[in-house]
Amino acid sequence: MIKTDVVIIGAGPTGLFCAHQLGIIGLKCEIVDNLDKIGGQCIELYPDKPIYDIPAVPKCTGVELTNNLIEQIKPFNFNFHLSDRVQELKNENNKWLVKTLNGKEFETPNIVIAGGVGSFEPRKFPTKSAEKYDGKSVLYSIKDKTIFKDKSVVIFGGGDSALDWAIELSNSSKVTLVHRRDEFRGAPASVQKIKELSDNKTIDLITKYSIKDVKGNGSLESVEIKSETGESKVIKADYVLGFFGLIMQLGPIAEWGLNLDKKTIPVNTENFETKKKGIFAIGDICTYPGKLKLILSGFHEGALAARGCFKYARPDEKYRFEFTTASSTIKDRLGVKE
Amino acid sequence: MAKIKYIEFNGTEHEADVVNGLSVMEGAIQNDIPGIDADCGGGMSCATCHVYINDDEWFKKLPEKEMGEDDMLDQAFEPKSNSRLSCQLIVSDDLDGLTVHMPEKQV
Repeated sequence: MIKTDVVIIGAGPTGLFCAHQLGIIGLKCEIVDNLDKIGGQCIELYPDKPIYDIPAVPKCTGVELTNNLIEQIKPFNFNFHLSDRVQELKNENNKWLVKTLNGKEFETPNIVIAGGVGSFEPRKFPTKSAEKYDGKSVLYSIKDKTIFKDKSVVIFGGGDSALDWAIELSNSSKVTLVHRRDEFRGAPASVQKIKELSDNKTIDLITKYSIKDVKGNGSLESVEIKSETGESKVIKADYVLGFFGLIMQLGPIAEWGLNLDKKTIPVNTENFETKKKGIFAIGDICTYPGKLKLILSGFHEGALAARGCFKYARPDEKYRFEFTTASSTIKDRLGVKE
Repeated sequence: MAKIKYIEFNGTEHEADVVNGLSVMEGAIQNDIPGIDADCGGGMSCATCHVYINDDEWFKKLPEKEMGEDDMLDQAFEPKSNSRLSCQLIVSDDLDGLTVHMPEKQV
């Protein structure tokens, strides 16, 4: 059990800057994010796209913004819990007990939800029958490639993950690659390699087909694919892999009784607290009259939510407003020498 | 201005007058028409404003896909050859009478 002042859900720009504000006022926090890296939508959706509306920064990319925010909170040494997701919240004696998917537990008076549009999860096959084999022989990521040795593997997708795994697994498995169109979005060198492997019959390449059904009797036996013109084929399969990128799912947040309105959480604009005491929501996931889904709004919301957290984390102390330019306490926290 | 018809997967029809310059996606969001999520807000960075253009004549008449739209559509729910991202369909008088069909779901 980790005891802390605040658990932040979401390591996007809003969560990161809120962490900075918490550090400035002397609070500790732990940051949980479902992605395997820091940065949220900035890093996952538009790492290289320029952003033009960060105050005083005429132009920066999602990666640059993330790196600068990470740099800005470095002095505080906060812990990140990546590739993990907050699953369960429970209130006990005015404290929140927080449990994650990977089994981590936190005790905290404050939770700040900076979850954007939800956590990034792999897009799954639309076919109901695939659910039965999910995690066993229908997979959306690969942890141990040795399980595919000498097996028939059918891979769906046209991006780098699909192409890279088709190339990699073709050494030791019978690989079929299925994609919905003739063009691939993967790196040109990988596309070239796939075409070579297909020409010399190392892999089977099938385009303009998509999944129709998976079949098996206890264990997976085959996958049926269909074309838009109505043809179908059945391919023997021990494993079916789908690489369709990531989608954003609200997940467990929807079950915390926060009065969700169109996938957003209503908050007050004084300190961005939700209807539950000690749970705050900031950034794209919160809503209030006049809400703008801008990064700069998320920064403002995070600054005010941090002060809201102070009240519950230090009930016996009075919060004192200070400027970073003048306060020696803040400079100590930042480790700045003068 | 164009009249756009949005048909949900369950068959429910909605019609909206959308001003020129807005996207077909924005027309749905501003009129509270369900079935289009638009998680990324129109940046062609997600695939949750996915629609089908079932009328082949209309599909051909639409502005051509820009680089990247098909790549994004690869990541949509049940993409087909008549799929488009509605955030990329900018409304003009030419689009008056367009009908778009929503997929069963966006995510």
